[in-house]
Amino acid sequence: MKHQFVDGKSAPGAKAEADECLFEYLHGEIINYVVSKSKESSEEDLSQLEWMGFSVGYRIIERLTREMQRFKDELDIIKFICTDFWNSLYHKQVDNLRTNHHGVYVLHDNEFRLLAKIGKAGSRQYLCESPRLLAFTCGLLRGSLANLGVACTVKAEVTALPSCKFNVEVQRM
Amino acid sequence: MSRNVIKLDAKKVNSELFTLTYGALVSQLLKDYENVEDVNKQLERMGYNMGIRLIEDFLARTGSGRCYDFKDTAEKIQSGFKIFLGITPSITNWSVAGDEFSLCFETNPMSEFVELPDHCLSLKYCNLLPGVLRGACEMVQMEIASWFVQDQLKNDSVTELRVKFIKRLEDAIPAGED
Repeated sequence: MKHQFVDGKSAPGAKAEADECLFEYLHGEIINYVVSKSKESSEEDLSQLEWMGFSVGYRIIERLTREMQRFKDELDIIKFICTDFWNSLYHKQVDNLRTNHHGVYVLHDNEFRLLAKIGKAGSRQYLCESPRLLAFTCGLLRGSLANLGVACTVKAEVTALPSCKFNVEVQRM
Repeated sequence: MSRNVIKLDAKKVNSELFTLTYGALVSQLLKDYENVEDVNKQLERMGYNMGIRLIEDFLARTGSGRCYDFKDTAEKIQSGFKIFLGITPSITNWSVAGDEFSLCFETNPMSEFVELPDHCLSLKYCNLLPGVLRGACEMVQMEIASWFVQDQLKNDSVTELRVKFIKRLEDAIPAGED
């Protein structure tokens, strides 16, 4: 059986990259808004950003996997996220996936799209601002997995731009 | 059976990502502000910030030069929608003076999956768009105003965005020079 997503609505001929920069600017504005709102407190509050990501992830995965067969197990779900899902959102696959087989997964992206344009590779100039750029995606991952039946916490970690790691910790009931 | 038979369409995922992210933003703003008018304003402002960056993408992609007149501008805005949102709004209702026109949208990807609840009837859901246009035009020395006159979310048959030319902005003299 073959699964195909037929796209009836969007007009042909438009390039995928176009939508890309639109999303990036919108993402930037949302960060701006959330950050400017949490200015009063000493610590930056990115939980709102994460929450928005969660709700987007929750909805988008439902639409994308509507016509797919059931996933075999948790690993199968994570693999789907790392390959197809990541590929269509960020135009590349996750470079490295590690797991301890006890519910901890580490997704390593060497050139994360939302970090790719904020400085030269290896630059540390904007390192302290980079968590802002990752909170949304953390939520996105958590939301997607939540709708696939995997309750988890997702943390991101950057050591050198533009590579980053997402730690997915599955909550066992 | 292996999963690699599944191919998600990157274009579709991307545009849905944009639509849903925008939706999440609007609902967050509605939570944060008591007044729907403030939400409209905030959306317009965000659009403005996006527009002043988006124009550079547009110029780089299309290689288009200065506009000859406002008709030319209208066509370029139309092609901008085609490039960035994949839709082609029609240009209608020119004012006699030629300084005002309307963009009519049969479909609007931004308001896909959207229904307005009753208490938000004054919400201009797509108010990002007028902001984008204003910001983008300002960067090419044109001051415009734009606003929605019809909205499919409010049961109109089309969504109509009115654009009005206000004035041409002069090149500013760099600070410290006469």
